[in-house]
Formats: sequence, C-alpha cells, structure tokens
Amino acid sequence: MNAEHDSSDRITGTSINPVHNLIREKAIIMSGYGINSEMETRDALLRAGMDSDIVHINDLIAGRKHLSSYRLLVFPGGFSYGDDTGAGNAYANRIRNNLWKELKDFLARDNLVLGICNGFQVLVNLGIVPAFEKNYARDVALMPNRKGVLECRFVTIKPAADSLWTRDITSLSCPVAHGEGNFSCSDEILKRLREENMVAFTYCREDLSPAAGEYPYNPNGSREDIAGIISQDGKVLGLMPHPERAVEFVNLYNWPKQKELLKRAGKPLPDESMNMQLFRNIVRHFR
Amino acid sequence: MASNIHRIEVRYLSDPREKTRTGRIRSLGFPVDVLHLIDVYTIATTERDFSKDELLDIGGQLINPVIQEFTVDQATEATFDYAIEIGFLPGVTDNAGRTAQQTIEDYFGFLLSDNEAVFSSRLYLVSGAFSESALHEFIATLANPLINRVHVKSRTEYGDCGMDPVAPFVSLHERPMADIVDLDIDDHDLVRLGKEGIPDPVTKERRGPLALDLSQLHAIRDYFRSHGRKPTDIEIESLAQTWSEHCKHTIFASAMDDDLPDGLYKTCIQAATNAIRKERGSDDNCIAVFTDNSGAIVFDENYLVTHKVETHNSPSALDPFGGALTGIVGVNRDTIGFGLGAKPCINVYGYCTGDPKTSPSLYRSKNRKNPILPPRRIFEGVIHGVGVGGNCSGIPTPQGWCYFHDRYIGKPLVFAGTVGVMPRLFAGKMLHEKCARSGDYIVMVGGRVGKDGIHGATFSSEALDPASPVTAVQIGDPITQKKMSDAIVKEARDEDLYSSITDNGAGGLSCSVAEMARECNGCHVLLDRVPLKYPGMAPWEIWISESQERMTLAVPCEKLDEFLELMSRRDVEATVIGDFTNNGRCVVEFHGEVIMNVTLDFLHNGLPKKHLFTSRVCVTYPNPEISCPDRLDDILIEMLARKNICSKEFISIQYDHTVQGGHVLGPVQGRGRVQADATLTKVVPGSQKGVGLSQALFPEYTEIDPYRMAIAGIDTAIRGLVAMGIGLETIALLDNFCWCSSDDPERLWQLKQAAFGCYDGATAFMTPFISGKDSMFNDFSGYDNENNPVTISVPPTLLISSIGIHRDVTKAVSIDAKCEGDLIYLIGPTGDALGGSEYYSHLGFRGNTVPGLNPDQARKRYDRMTSAIEKELVASAYPINRGGLLIACAKVSIAGDIGMEVFIPDDVRPDYYLFAETPGRFLVTINPDNRSVFEEIFGNDARCIGQVRGRRLRVEGESLLLDLPLSEIADAYREPFRGY
Repeated sequence: MNAEHDSSDRITGTSINPVHNLIREKAIIMSGYGINSEMETRDALLRAGMDSDIVHINDLIAGRKHLSSYRLLVFPGGFSYGDDTGAGNAYANRIRNNLWKELKDFLARDNLVLGICNGFQVLVNLGIVPAFEKNYARDVALMPNRKGVLECRFVTIKPAADSLWTRDITSLSCPVAHGEGNFSCSDEILKRLREENMVAFTYCREDLSPAAGEYPYNPNGSREDIAGIISQDGKVLGLMPHPERAVEFVNLYNWPKQKELLKRAGKPLPDESMNMQLFRNIVRHFR
Repeated sequence: MASNIHRIEVRYLSDPREKTRTGRIRSLGFPVDVLHLIDVYTIATTERDFSKDELLDIGGQLINPVIQEFTVDQATEATFDYAIEIGFLPGVTDNAGRTAQQTIEDYFGFLLSDNEAVFSSRLYLVSGAFSESALHEFIATLANPLINRVHVKSRTEYGDCGMDPVAPFVSLHERPMADIVDLDIDDHDLVRLGKEGIPDPVTKERRGPLALDLSQLHAIRDYFRSHGRKPTDIEIESLAQTWSEHCKHTIFASAMDDDLPDGLYKTCIQAATNAIRKERGSDDNCIAVFTDNSGAIVFDENYLVTHKVETHNSPSALDPFGGALTGIVGVNRDTIGFGLGAKPCINVYGYCTGDPKTSPSLYRSKNRKNPILPPRRIFEGVIHGVGVGGNCSGIPTPQGWCYFHDRYIGKPLVFAGTVGVMPRLFAGKMLHEKCARSGDYIVMVGGRVGKDGIHGATFSSEALDPASPVTAVQIGDPITQKKMSDAIVKEARDEDLYSSITDNGAGGLSCSVAEMARECNGCHVLLDRVPLKYPGMAPWEIWISESQERMTLAVPCEKLDEFLELMSRRDVEATVIGDFTNNGRCVVEFHGEVIMNVTLDFLHNGLPKKHLFTSRVCVTYPNPEISCPDRLDDILIEMLARKNICSKEFISIQYDHTVQGGHVLGPVQGRGRVQADATLTKVVPGSQKGVGLSQALFPEYTEIDPYRMAIAGIDTAIRGLVAMGIGLETIALLDNFCWCSSDDPERLWQLKQAAFGCYDGATAFMTPFISGKDSMFNDFSGYDNENNPVTISVPPTLLISSIGIHRDVTKAVSIDAKCEGDLIYLIGPTGDALGGSEYYSHLGFRGNTVPGLNPDQARKRYDRMTSAIEKELVASAYPINRGGLLIACAKVSIAGDIGMEVFIPDDVRPDYYLFAETPGRFLVTINPDNRSVFEEIFGNDARCIGQVRGRRLRVEGESLLLDLPLSEIADAYREPFRGY
C-alpha cells in the first residue's frame, strides 16, 4: 500500500466525474479526532475540479505529509474532540501545539484556507480569522446557540461583501448543524469587519431580506446575522453553514416543490445546486 | 492517590444560553431567578505539580478569551443562593475531562501517569427562593445518582473558598484471581445462585444476576462433573453470558406447543426469508441474513447496504442519556462489525415512553426508595443520548418516531438502528465474508475495559426489579469510537490487515471472542493483557465487562506490525490479547494460570432445550356506542394534538440529518414542515440511487389481535417506502420484538400469533426479513406510595423496520401538497374496523376489531404506485396511518402550506370513515393534467376526493363536516411539544 495513496476514495467510490479537467493545485482536507465531513467536502471539490487528499492530523504532525504540498487547506465539519472545552478549541490547540510554524508558512504563501462549521470554529480558535495584521489573536468567537442545543435545518445565506469566495453567488441554501455557531465579537472588531468588507455571508430570509436576528432565519443568535467571515487578507474563509452537504438539486430542502413548479413550467431540472458556486470560485481562483 | 489537586473554573462573560436554560427550569416549576453554569476541570497529579504560571497557561487552553474567563484554585464570584456541583462517580466515562487531559499533555509534551487525571464537573450557581425539598427536586433534574456525584453548598458555606476539590479516582480491591464455585448444592441454592449471582468468597455479597435457570445450572454442573472438576467463577459467568436470552434468544429458538417443533424463529421468521429468496431465485436481493451483526441487501452492482435495529431498554430506564447513547453507538458497531466492516451511514431511532406530562409515583424499593425516573426525564434523556451519539459520530439521523403509552412508565423502549454501506468486492475479496483463522492474533481495539455494564446481557434478560445492578449503566464515548471506526472501515479494512472482526457488545469479550472462535474452532486468551481503565478488577469482570467502543479483530501474524502501527498513528489503542486456535476449546489464562477451559461445543450448544406452551387469550373489548357528531372541527383539532399524532419536530432538528451530504427526503418535509414516516438518503455519491427507510408499530393492537398487529406493522413500514417511489422488489424488513412476561403462556400465545403475522405479511409482499432482535422481559416490578407491590408490563410491541432502494431519487415523491388545483385521491378501500385506533382511544375505548388487510390487492396497488411515481404522475404521496384519512389530509395540507377541499361519500359514517386506520391506503395529490393516465393505472382503486385549494381545510359529506383555517390546524399539530 502506497502511503501517498489516499484510501478514502474507496469508501465514497470514484463515481463522481468532475465536470472539468482537474486543476493541478491540490487541496488538503484535515481529518481525525472526530472530524466527520471530510468525504463530502472532498466530493464537492472534486465536482468543482479540484483534487484533494484527506490527511489525518497525526500524519501531518509526524511529517508523513506536508502542508507545503498543497494550495488549499480545508478544515471540514465535524465534532472534533466531541466539542469538549469549546467547539474547535481542542483541535486548534493540537494544531497550535504541533503545527503552528508549518501553518504560518502556509498562510504566508499564496494559498487559501476554508473552514466549515467545526472547521470555522477551529479557525476562530487559531485566530487565523479575522487575523488583522496577521496577529493571529482570538478576536471573535462562536458561542453556544441561543437555544442551547444543536440545531440542524436548512438556512439561506447571502454574500455581505465581494470577495474571491462569493463571486457570482446570489444566495446559498444549505444546512446548518451545530450547537456552537453564535457569532460573537466586540463592537470594535465588528466595526472593523464591516469596514474592511470581511463579513462574507449573513443569514437571511428566503426572499433575501435580512434575518435581523429572527429565529429560525438566524438559527443561532449570531451578531448581525453573521454566518461567515474572511481574514483581512481575504485568503481564509470560515462559515457555519454546510454548502458541501447540498451540492445536488435533490439535496435541497424543498426540492420536490421546486421540481413540480419547474416541470409544470416546462423547464428542465437542474442537476446541481447553487451551493457548488462556492467551490467553483475556489477552483477559479487557482485556474 | 493524587497529592496535587487544582481546580480551574471556566465561565462565560455573558452566557448566551442562560435565558433559555433559566426559562426552561422555571417552566418545570422551580423558583429560579438566575442560573449560572461554570465548567470545572480538576487536575490531579502525583509525580509533578503544575506551577501557577503553568496552570494559567492550561486555563488559557481551555477557553476562548473573547467570551470566557477562568480562575485557578479560586472560587468563581457571583451572586447566588446555592452552589451545586455535579461531577461523575469514580469510573464513569468523563469525555470532557479526557479531552482537557489530552490538551494539557499535548501542550507540555508529556503524558500523565495512570494514577493522575483531569476530571470535569459542572457547577451551577443558583439564585431563587428554594425550599429544601424544591432544591432536592431541582438537583434530581440535573443529576442521576447512578452516575453523578453531587456536592451542594449554601452561599455561606461556599464563602470565599468555594467548592472542595474532588478527584474521583477508582479504588478497587477485587480479588485478582478466579475462584472455584461449588455447584454441588441443593436446587434451592442453585436457583438463588442463578437469580442473584455467585457469592463473593470474602464478603459473601452476591455478584449480580446470572439469569441461569435450574436446568441450565444442572447442565453446567453435569458438564464439569464429567470433566472431574469444579467450575471457576469466570466459566460460569461466561456461560451465563453466552446462554443469556439476550444472546441465544431461547424463547424464539425453543419448540412451542405441538405445531412448532423448530420454534418461532425458524418456522416464522427465517422460513419466510428462505421461501422468498427461493421464489425470487436470481432476483434475490439478500446478501447476508441473520448470520452476521447486521443484515445486508444489494444496493447496486458495486455496493451493499446493511441494516440492524437494536434495543437498549433496561439501561435507558436507569440512565436515559447513557443508556440511549450506548444503544446508538452500540448498533453503529454492528455495522462496523458486519463482514469486514461497513461504514455507518444512517442512524434511526424510536422511543416508547410514558406521557411526559405525567409523573407517576413508583419506586424500585420499598418505603419510597429508588423512585423511577419521571417519563419526561426519560424522554428527554434518551432523545439527547441518541442525538449526541449520531451527531458526534458524523452519522445522519433522519428517521425515527415516538410512541407514548402509560404502560411504558416503568420501562421505556429505546430502539436504535444503523444502516451501513460497503463495496461488495474489493481487491478480489467479497467484503461481507470473514473468517478468523487458527494462528491469527486476537486483537482488542478501541476503548479500555472497566466495570461498565457488568451483567448487561443477563440483566436485560430479567425483568427490572429492585436489585437491578448499578454497574449495568454505561456511558459511551462517541469520539473514541469515531477514531476507531475511521481507522478500521476507512483504512485497515482496505489494506487487508485483518481476517475477521466483531463488535464487543453484550457480554463483552466473553461473547465476541467466543463467537469469532467458532470461525476457526478455538481461542486462547491472555486476559491479563487486556488494558484496563483502572487496576484491581477481577478476571471474570474483565471477561464480561461491556465497556464501550471496542471491537475484537483477528489479525494474521504477518499483518500484525502494520496493523498496530496504523492504529497507533490514529491514536487508537490496540492490544494483542491472545490467539485463535483450532483445538475446539475456549481457554482463558490470567497471569499464567488457566482459569477457563471449556469446549466451544458446550459453550455454544450445551444450552438445554426447552419446550414452551402457549394459551390463547380470550378477551373482548367493547366497541364504543356513540353517535357521530355533526361537525368534526373540534375533534380534528384534538386529534392533531394527540401525542402520537402531533409534531415532534424538536427531535428531528436536534439530530444532524444532513451530514455525509446525502439528504434527499428528510425527517421534516414541505414548506409547512411536517414530520414524515419515511426518509430517503443517498449513501453512494454520484449514484442516482438512494436508501429509503421507514418503521412502524401498533402496540395498541396487540391485546386485541396480535396477528393483525404484525400485518399492520409490516404493511405500514413497507407503504412508507412505496409512497416515495420505492419498488417492493428492493425492500427488506427487520423485526424487533419487545415483549413482556414471556414466561406467561398467554403472552407467548400473543407472540406466536404475531410471529405468524410476520410470516404471512413478509411472504405476501415478498419482502424478506434480514435481521431481528428480541427483548422478552420488559416488565417493571416495584412499589407505589403505600408500599403496595406494582407490576407494569409494556404493551407487547413489535417494531417493523423497512429498508428499500430507490432507483432514481430525482423521481422521489414527498408528502406535501404542491400546487393549487391539484387533485386529491384516496387509493385503497377504507374499512369500518377501528379497534386500537387513535380515534377510539381518544373516545376512551379500545374496541374489538383491528383493521385487516387484503395483501394480494395491496401488493398490486403498491406495484401500480411504483409505476405511477416512475412515470412522474404523482405530486405528493402520504401513507395513511395513525389517525386515518382526515389526519393524513391535515398533515399533507399543513406540509404544503396550502388548503384542501375534500368530499367523502354519502353512505358512510363520517367519523369512522375519516378516522379509520385501515392499512394499505395512500393519500395522493396529482397535477390535473395527469388525471387520465393516473386513473387508468389505478382504475376504481383510486377515488378522487377533492382538490388542493385556498387556505382552509374543508370536508363535506352529506353535509359540511369541517371547515378550519390552515393556521389553526397547523397550530394544533405543533403546539403540544412547544417548549421542549
């Protein structure tokens, strides 16, 4: 068995045919200690045209794999360390205590980092978002949801500022599934996030009007409906909702109704959902 | 023990949950003003103390400073009246403590030793005018005395010093050796030995139930007599585990009456599957049935899917959270332990509990000692347990149900199931086949062994009584299991590093190793090699402990190094504990001494055969004699709010049902969000196919007609899948019998009738059983307030679970009405039997005739339904079930957020017609353009009963029966569990 070969494709099957030829740049998707969305994240990237390796954090620490071989680093969703000591915190500690230099080098180059859900919680605890002046301080937090329990439901989010991540996106419709996604920060930090166009996505209603804090459109009580932010240099995106979990039309919450309406209007059914655009934007950045 | 103890207390600067939490506790009737929650980490070391600066560093690692602060060895300051600290009892799994410990070890770069640890606890600082009794009741809602330790201080006692540091290390003094047990005692003493356990040679205390009856003990005595020696305690404990009802299913295996010499399982369940497979011939979709940890069917040419549903009833009665969590992570291991390891891809659940609004006064012991947990506590605990299990493991939990009945107050039923997916062939190997070979190492992988769940298998075979052992409680650790699961099914399996695998569930190593030993005909175990959570356990305890998160594998010699190295890299503990042999014996050594040596033949086949007799139940329950009301508006509102009909959406959204990215038809459907009885999930990315799941049960029918109860369950579970567009030819079934008092001939008669129903139902639809499980003694015996003995038995409950493969999920149909002007059809005839229905129950009656089904007609109807959906003629489809046609109309309407006008025939009694639960029926809406093609398919089996229209639900018969705004029925449907 070649250690360089990734065993994950055997579980998911290799039946997904990427629509384009794969770009040369590769993604590394972190796994281990209870991360669980690595496979669907890999599938979404593959569909968009980017290949990736799923790498256990211990293999990075042991030097069996190197961040420097990759251009995109993804912290996928999951329940690393069972959310004990704060969601994402223990995994962030493991990185900071073992891989900090390698990570800083990675961030210094022309690379991208994506954190989804538990991955966003890891980014926040590492301080690589918002990373003003690359200070890598913990300036924002994802607190427990206002309702105090994990909640899984589809939400609508829309871009709040232009960035490489949000190009051609009007809105995304995808699930949240977290117990700690309640975005929090000081007034001062919030002001900077706004002024420097670092709020990537906000929760909204289906008609794209602001959720204005109202449950369930804003599912967790996040300040100013913030669902995701980018780093000051724009190269790191963290968001709570899971676009990778609803990449096909039939993954959307109310697709059967939409299908009936499309069919009766004589229109064809889309194969993919709008959520794929986020992953296409990543590929476009490298292309 | 630890000489250096430090406390780090973590609090939120402003706790976002505080309002919800305080409000919730107030809604339970407690006079709480404010409730602060503080996370406490107690660090206990012996070899090396941490300096003040180091402790500050540690604190910094355990918080996010934007929202939290911490103190080191200093009491948290706040305004409050009482401080209540709740931690775990020694030896109880403490996941947060372990994570904190790993973080600390990682930070400093060294490992704590065995007698050092970090413990987590929670400190509640409460303000409010509590009476002493109210305070005790309040604490009872926070802590479970079986697993938690509680320390309470008033504000004055708390003072400036706060709570006392406590390090709950386990201190055991079991005899580290096996004892000889004398079975040459009189029968009376033997019976006592079977019921209460082996007496400890020193303390004389009994070790807990063996659940061996006299004939079984005689068989054991005779076996050892013939070998010229007395047995050891571990040998008897091991036999008790292997022969338990839980493991051997003696009631289903024994001869019954004169007509079933081969017993119920072989005659009814297995025979149905065999007959179906034979008739299907080359179209047989079964891959592995009844032989492995799960059953498996074909998904497509490349993949198979597995399914298994387990129950975890007795532990959930004692510790609902831990019991249910253990249940779900346990059945996940039945997936990982299928063949060479399938990947868990869908979890399902089902809960039978008492009405959460009631709080019966019942006790396990006399003099109001050991009260049972109130139904709400059980209900919320089991919901939380299954949620944590699935969510933390990254397995979606889309499908499930709740059923309430006051006969579940003494013992709830907790069903947990898992579907797995696996390539059929990999590197030339059929992955569903496995075989331990003589010479392979026995390797235990995953968590360590503690006293958890000792006597779990024998305990669940006995009714819950005052002597129920506390060590039967386990708490799972889903992250440890997730690490193990990923390392096995995502890596080791495909690198071909082991030749067989099975789960450590009931009976622990004693069952898993002995079971695998059958594959090669022998095993030799070195029990002292087993890694323990804490020292001082007796060998018999190590052998039968049900500590969670463990699998047993057979690893060939030449693969061992590679296997151990991989596990080590994944931070998964793996230990060689012996080897497989071929000498026909199960041999266990402990520190060089053989303490168990029995033949596998006796271990597995020595169980004396039984012959059971049944006795027909003859009861009649009167039908109600009430006339039909003129209008049904109020009754519909009341029926929608009935607990077994209304929305329990709060459960569906607590469970991640979208992870793994396969969501197609979820637990809640339509704009109006109604819970569906069947769900559809993609499990192989890129495939057009999906896995449909449904479940059904009719406990209310059993006392009236157990045969029809079984038929109704099978039909309803199947119909849920058909309504989404799944063809009968892909569907398979699972049975879970949760019976009561199964030594009572009348209960056995009901069981036999239900089993006959299973045979007839399965063969009629050609849907084979692929897996099943039974739990035969769901009885509670205890006392009421006045010390009167009370026995409460669950209604005999049969859960039928169905699994089927959707050929093209883009054609799947959801339950919600879609468009204004669509036509509404009732498909299938409506009968006049309402026995056991929600309507009769609402009126306070049981009734005497349970609705029946013509399976031949139903089968044709289902085939037509599949074909109509395949042709995309159907806009919505709902399998009519509890509450009948009217409830179906209401739910389809609420889900679609659109009204309906319905017309029913003149010549029927409206309330009976609208509320009858006749199986075999669908409520369908279609685009009017499809009318003629649709009617051509169904003929007069489909009756157009109205149109989707407006914002009201309106039903007319001879006169107007009902006219309600949609918002009102939606509120009635959603209201009962608001606030949960």
